[in-house]
Amino acid sequence: MKKDRYAIVGQSLPKIDAWAKVVGETKFADDLVMSRMAHGKLLRSPHPHALIKRIDTTRARALPGVYAVITGHDLPRVKFGILPVSQDEEALCVEKVRMVGDAVAAVAAVDEETAERASELIDVEYELLRPLMSIEDSLAHPEARIHEYGDRPNVHKAVALQFGDVEAAFASAHLVREDVFFFEGNTHLPMEQHSAVAQWGADGKLVLWSSTQTPHYVHRLLAKILDVPQAHIRVVAAPVGGGFGGKLDPFAHEIAACKLSQLTGRPVKITLNREEVFYTHRGRHPVLMWIKTGFTKDGAITGMHFRSWLDGGAYGSYGVASTFYTGALQTVTYKIPVYKFEGARVFTNKPPCGPKRGHGTPQPRFAMECQIDKAAEQLGLDPADMRRRNLAEPFAKTANHLTVTTIGLGECIDRVVEASGWRQKRGNLPAGKGIGIACSSYLTGAGTAIYWNDMPHSGVVVRADRSGLVAVLCGATDIGQGSDSILAYLVAEVLGIEPKDIRVHPADTDLTPVDLGSYSSRVTLMAGNAAIQAAERLREKIFAAVARKLEVAPDRLVAGDRRVFVDGDPDRGVAFAQAVVLAESMFGVLAFPGSYAPPRRAGKYKGGGVGPSPCYSYSACVVEVDVDRDTGEVKPTEVWIAHDVGRALNPLLVEGQVEGSVYMGLGEVLMEEQVFRKGVHKIPSLLEYKSPTTLETPEIHTILVESDDPEGPFGAKEAGQGPLLPVIPAVANAVYDAVGVRIDETPITPEKVTKAMDARRQGKPGRLGPERLPVFTFPEAKIVESAFGQPAEGIAERPFASGGAS
Amino acid sequence: MAPTLLTLKINGEERDVLAPTHKTLLEVLREECNLTGTKHGCELGECGTCTVLVDGLPVLSCLALPIECQGHEIKTVEGMAQGGRLHPLQQAFAELGAAQCGYCTPGILLTAEALLVENPTPTRDEVKSALAGNLCRCTGYTKILDAVELAALRMQGAAQRQP
Repeated sequence: MKKDRYAIVGQSLPKIDAWAKVVGETKFADDLVMSRMAHGKLLRSPHPHALIKRIDTTRARALPGVYAVITGHDLPRVKFGILPVSQDEEALCVEKVRMVGDAVAAVAAVDEETAERASELIDVEYELLRPLMSIEDSLAHPEARIHEYGDRPNVHKAVALQFGDVEAAFASAHLVREDVFFFEGNTHLPMEQHSAVAQWGADGKLVLWSSTQTPHYVHRLLAKILDVPQAHIRVVAAPVGGGFGGKLDPFAHEIAACKLSQLTGRPVKITLNREEVFYTHRGRHPVLMWIKTGFTKDGAITGMHFRSWLDGGAYGSYGVASTFYTGALQTVTYKIPVYKFEGARVFTNKPPCGPKRGHGTPQPRFAMECQIDKAAEQLGLDPADMRRRNLAEPFAKTANHLTVTTIGLGECIDRVVEASGWRQKRGNLPAGKGIGIACSSYLTGAGTAIYWNDMPHSGVVVRADRSGLVAVLCGATDIGQGSDSILAYLVAEVLGIEPKDIRVHPADTDLTPVDLGSYSSRVTLMAGNAAIQAAERLREKIFAAVARKLEVAPDRLVAGDRRVFVDGDPDRGVAFAQAVVLAESMFGVLAFPGSYAPPRRAGKYKGGGVGPSPCYSYSACVVEVDVDRDTGEVKPTEVWIAHDVGRALNPLLVEGQVEGSVYMGLGEVLMEEQVFRKGVHKIPSLLEYKSPTTLETPEIHTILVESDDPEGPFGAKEAGQGPLLPVIPAVANAVYDAVGVRIDETPITPEKVTKAMDARRQGKPGRLGPERLPVFTFPEAKIVESAFGQPAEGIAERPFASGGAS
Repeated sequence: MAPTLLTLKINGEERDVLAPTHKTLLEVLREECNLTGTKHGCELGECGTCTVLVDGLPVLSCLALPIECQGHEIKTVEGMAQGGRLHPLQQAFAELGAAQCGYCTPGILLTAEALLVENPTPTRDEVKSALAGNLCRCTGYTKILDAVELAALRMQGAAQRQP
C-alpha cells in the first residue's frame, strides 16, 4: 500500500484519551476511592546502612484509628527483584537496611494522617554499619559488604566482551584518542507520585490498581512475593501520570498495600509523597567512562574500546541490563569494525538506579559524541561531515552481532545541518555563542524478555459484535506516550473505521493478553504489530461474510469510510456495522488474537540478549547556545532535531515525544542531579531538584524522517527515548564552540564552565571532567569474532507471524 | 482536631463541607468534594500541579486553607467546560496533543485561563512567563504553548463575532 492510501496512519489526530484528560475525568491511581478504604504509610530507614536489631510496633498499634501494622516478618521471607539474576530486595527489610528510604514497616489506618502518626510511633533499633557512598568507597571496603551476592564484594556485575582485535585496530589508526567522562545520576521526576490501591477479597483473590508501567512483571512478582498463585492475582495499571522508567519495578508500597488489605479486609491505598519518590528512584546511573577510539585521517573509526563504571545504588533493579546497555549501542550508529567493552556495576548505599528514558545509553552516547567532536577538530574535519561519512551500514550486522535494518541518519544529519544554518554559523558566531551537533540511535523494543520464555512479548484481542462495537484488549500501559491511541489508529486503519469507533481496554491482567510493559520503546512496534494481526484476522472474516452477501470474491473487497465495499465500486458494499452482523451470523462470536514476538537475534555470547531489537531509530541534533562568559550560565537558544521514526503513525504524537525528549535531555545536561550527602538526598523536592520550566526550554524544531522499516507496524520505529540521546552531547559540543572549554561531565553547570574558563585563562587545559579512574581489574574478556559487515538475516521473520487463530 | 463546617463556592455551586481547618484546599477538593480533577505533585507549593482559580486568580490549592476561601469563587478543572461544551483551552489542548500523561494538565489549563482573561492576546513569552510555575515532564512545553496560543486566537475570533 502506498502512504497516500492510508486513512488514519500519518494523520495528526488527537489522542483517544485527550478529552478525558482535559476535563479531569482520567482516574489516576490516587484518584481511586473505594468504600471502607484504609490509607497506608511506610516507615522508612533514616540510615544508609544498618542492621535492624529490633522493631516494636506496640505504640503504633495502640493508636486509635490504626487497623494494622506490619513488618517484614508478616510477609513470606523471600527476596525479589525485577531481573531473575538480581533477587535482592525485600518490601519491608527484616535484618538490614541498605539505604535511607528502605521500608521497614507499614501501617493501615482510617486516614493518611493517622497512618503517618502511627508510623512515627514504631520503635526501630538500628546498629549502624559503614555507609558506602561512592564506587571508590565500595571497592575500598569489601568488608562492609552491602549484599552477599555479586561478582565480587560490592561489585554487582563485571563484564568484558571483545569483538575482534582492537589493539590491531589502534595500531593501524592515524589518530588514537583516550578520553574520560562522567555522567551524573538524575531521576525521572514524574509529576504523578506513585500510588497503589489493593483489594484482597474475601474470596482470597487480590486486585491491585497501580501507577505502574509494567503490570505483567508486577503480577508475576507479586505471586512470588506474597506466595499466592498468579491466577488469583489481578493487576490493573491505572493511567500513569508520567513514567520515564521510574514505575518499572515492583515497589514496597504496592506489596505493603496488598498485605495490609489482606489483614484488614479493606481496600488499602498507599500514595508516596514527593520525597519518597526521590528515594524510590531507579533512575539514571551515574557512570564514569573511559573511551579509546582509533580514527583514520578522514575520520573513519578503526576500532573502539569502552569502559564503564556504574554507581548502582543499593539494589540490583535492572542494573545488569543497564550495565550491558552502556556498552551495547555504540556500534549501531557508525561503522565500528572491532569493539571491546568492559563494564562494572558497583553497589553503594544510595537509592537504586535503573532504567530512565534511554536506559544506560545516554551516558556512553555523551562520551562517544563528545570524543568524536574532539577527534574531528584534531583531524581538521567538519563534525557533521565526519559523522555523515561514517554511518553504519543498513541491513547488516554490527561488530557485537546486532542486526541493523533501516538507517535514516544520513537524512537526519542533512536536514538539521540545513535547517540550523550549520554551515554559515559554525565558526562564525559571535563570542559566547556556539553551535554543536551529535547523533544517536536507540532500540525499538528490547529483543528479549526479562525472563526467558518462548511466549509472545505482546498480545492483542480485537473483538467486534452486532452493536458495531470494536474493542481492543491489550496489556500495554499508556503512560502518556499515547499507546492506547496508537492501538486504536492501527485497528481503525485495518478495519476502515474511525479511532472513535474503537474502545481500547488496556493493562488488566485478568482481561487483556500479556504485554511486557511500557519500556525499551517497545509498545508501538510490538503491541502495534499484534494489533494489526488481530485486526486483519477479524477483517478476513468480515470480508468472507460480506463477499458471500455481495457474491464477489473476498479479495475484491476493501474497508474504508466505515464501510466494506468492492474495490473501485464504492456503492457496492455494506456499512461496517452491518458487515459485522453478517460475519457474526456466519462465524459466531468475533474475537481474534494477535501475537508478537521479536525476531530471534540474540548474539550467541553471554550478554548477547541486551542490545538486539527489531530495528533502531536514529536522531541528529544541532543545538545553539549562548554562554554567559562572566557567570558561566549556558542558555540553549534553539534546538533542531531530526528523528528517523520509520513512519510517523501520528506526526503530532511523534513530535510530542521528540519535544519531550529534547526537554528532558536539556534538563540532564544543564541542571538535573540526583546527589546525596551521607546517604541523604540533598535536594528531594521539586523546587531544589532543578528541572527546566517554560522559561528554560528553548524553541525546538522537530523534523521527522521516515525510513519505512520492514519490522515496524506500517514501517514505524520508536520515538519516545532516542531523541533524548543526542541533545546532551550536542549541548556540550556547542559549549566548546562558544567558549573553548570542554566540560566532560554532566550537568554542565555555571560553576563548572567558569572553572574551566579560568583554567584556560591561566594557560591550563580548558577542560573540566574526571581526572582519575577506579583501580579495578575487569574479568578476562570473552573474545568473540566481530560480525561487522555481515548481511542481516531473517528480516521481518518472527514467531507467531501466521497460523494460530484463523 | 474537630471538623469545622465550611461553606465553599466551587464551580458556581455552594456546598457545605465538614473538614478539620488544617486540611488544605487540595485535600478538601479531592477527598471531601470528590473533585479529583485537581492533582498533586509535591504538596509543598513547588510544581503548580494543584493550581485552581480563586476569584479568577491561580492559587496553589496545596498551600491554601479552605477557611480562607469562604466567600470566594473557587474554580477547578471540572468547572471549565460549560453545559457540555469544552473551554477553548481544553479543546486546543486535546487537538494539539498538549496533554501527554495529562497529570499537570488541569493546573496548566486553569493558569492559562487566568492569563487569557487578563491578557487575551499574550505573546509567546507572556504565555511562557504565566506558565513558568507549572512543571510538565512530558511535553517539553512546546505543544502546551501552541495550544494556549491557538485558544487565544479562537477566543479572540469568537469575541469579535459577538458584537
